Amino acid sequence: MQTGARIVRHFEAELEQLKGKLLEMSALVEASVQRSVSAVTQKDRSAADQVLRDEARVNQLEMEIDEFAINLLATQQPLAADLRLVVAALKINTDLERMGDLSVSIAQRAISLLSEPVIQPMVDIRHMSALVESMVRKSMDAFVANDADMARSVLASDDAVDSLRTASYHELVSFMEKDPHNIPQALDLIGITRSLERIADHSTNIAEDVLFLVKGVDVRHHAEARQ
Amino acid sequence: MSPMQAPSPQPAPDVTMRSQTFPMQMAEQQKQAAGELSKLSTTNLNFYYGSFQALHGISMQVYANRVTAFIGPSGCGKSTFLRTINRMYEIIRTSRAEGEILLDGEDIFKLEVSELRKRVGMVFQRSNPFPKSIFDNIAYGPRINGSVSRSGMKDHVEQSLRRAALWDEVKDKLHASAYSLSGGQQQRLCIARALAVNPEVLLLDEPCSALDPIATAKIEDLIFQLKDSCTIVIVTHNMQQAARVADYTGFFLMGKLIEFDTTTVIFKNPTRKETEDYITGRFG
Repeated sequence: MQTGARIVRHFEAELEQLKGKLLEMSALVEASVQRSVSAVTQKDRSAADQVLRDEARVNQLEMEIDEFAINLLATQQPLAADLRLVVAALKINTDLERMGDLSVSIAQRAISLLSEPVIQPMVDIRHMSALVESMVRKSMDAFVANDADMARSVLASDDAVDSLRTASYHELVSFMEKDPHNIPQALDLIGITRSLERIADHSTNIAEDVLFLVKGVDVRHHAEARQ
Repeated sequence: MSPMQAPSPQPAPDVTMRSQTFPMQMAEQQKQAAGELSKLSTTNLNFYYGSFQALHGISMQVYANRVTAFIGPSGCGKSTFLRTINRMYEIIRTSRAEGEILLDGEDIFKLEVSELRKRVGMVFQRSNPFPKSIFDNIAYGPRINGSVSRSGMKDHVEQSLRRAALWDEVKDKLHASAYSLSGGQQQRLCIARALAVNPEVLLLDEPCSALDPIATAKIEDLIFQLKDSCTIVIVTHNMQQAARVADYTGFFLMGKLIEFDTTTVIFKNPTRKETEDYITGRFG
């Protein structure tokens, strides 16, 4: 075995390129999540429009990353940490694209709410979205830093988001019961919290992929506890 | 001969035997893979070419009816270890082995070498058929051993060629020279020749390194079929081949067994950094 200076292979450069593309996509998706929330809470039309415009680029990146990763599998037959990276990248790619779609859904609902007077203070949504945005950011930071502890902290936040969503749902139902005129707006807000909760789920998936990447363990569906 | 019964299998599904730097600790580190029977058990094996020590305290088990691959860079000792298993090294005058290798509990160093090699067959990197007909290549071993009667030889040759997945290709030219076969066919002929004496263990030393992908695929399919009746140990430089055919993989480096585990663990999530660096092509 050779010792001394480390050989930097073409394959390593390609893996860096794959990570770079994934980071470009995650930056775009993270911004879309933030903008879609601003569109709702600040009634910011331009933020909503930007989310809709960026969707095409997210979709394009999804296809580019898939193709790039599949080519690496076909041509380089990666093993061990390299294999885990390519597999994780493929899965994270899918999650990011879905998060992008959910941001679009939130932005569209934000546009429909623009002309409506606010029936309920957006405290819950602001609180929930702050937590979700933090999960999105941390899951990708964990990916970049190969940080298993940070990934595990994302998993821990998912239950809090679920609780906030449930509380918000009950509150919005009570608004609908008070006055049927509230129903259209309340349904939009329920849809928004549902999308935020789904974004948190995708961040959780990414954190699980990071744990697989870093530790080689499968923590999905309590698999780790079963083992 | 039946394989040695494994002592107290562990509850975990995976293996788990890792060599340590210090030979005295190695035996203590060994654990039996659950549900596996030990065919070859090596303890603290040291090997020398003159004053050069090529193997350092190798302790490991090869499981019955499983394919075990040895991987590692050139000169790491994997082929030396393979050749120790059937004492092929003895043709090198200055070489010597210390330690223990048990075949079904019997010390291979105390067996007659001809008896050992009957039980532990070997196929080399380059096919080496005898300058004889296809038929005579296969019949050679059983004739020497006297293990097959003259009247039963034809059937035995056919059976050996069938086991090596070569029969259909050569059945109409059994008396043609073995050299008339292609490289891949010659290699399968050598496997058939090794199988003709019904070995319990088959050692394959880079058996596909000179073959094209189609011939390689045939040998790999053959390995899958043969493990029902044989225990197979293969040395290969081809990581993907080890990943495809082996149930267990051992990584050698500078004469030491660095890591031994199920092939899935070695190629998906190895424990030792040296293993990871080697199989991902990163050195130094």
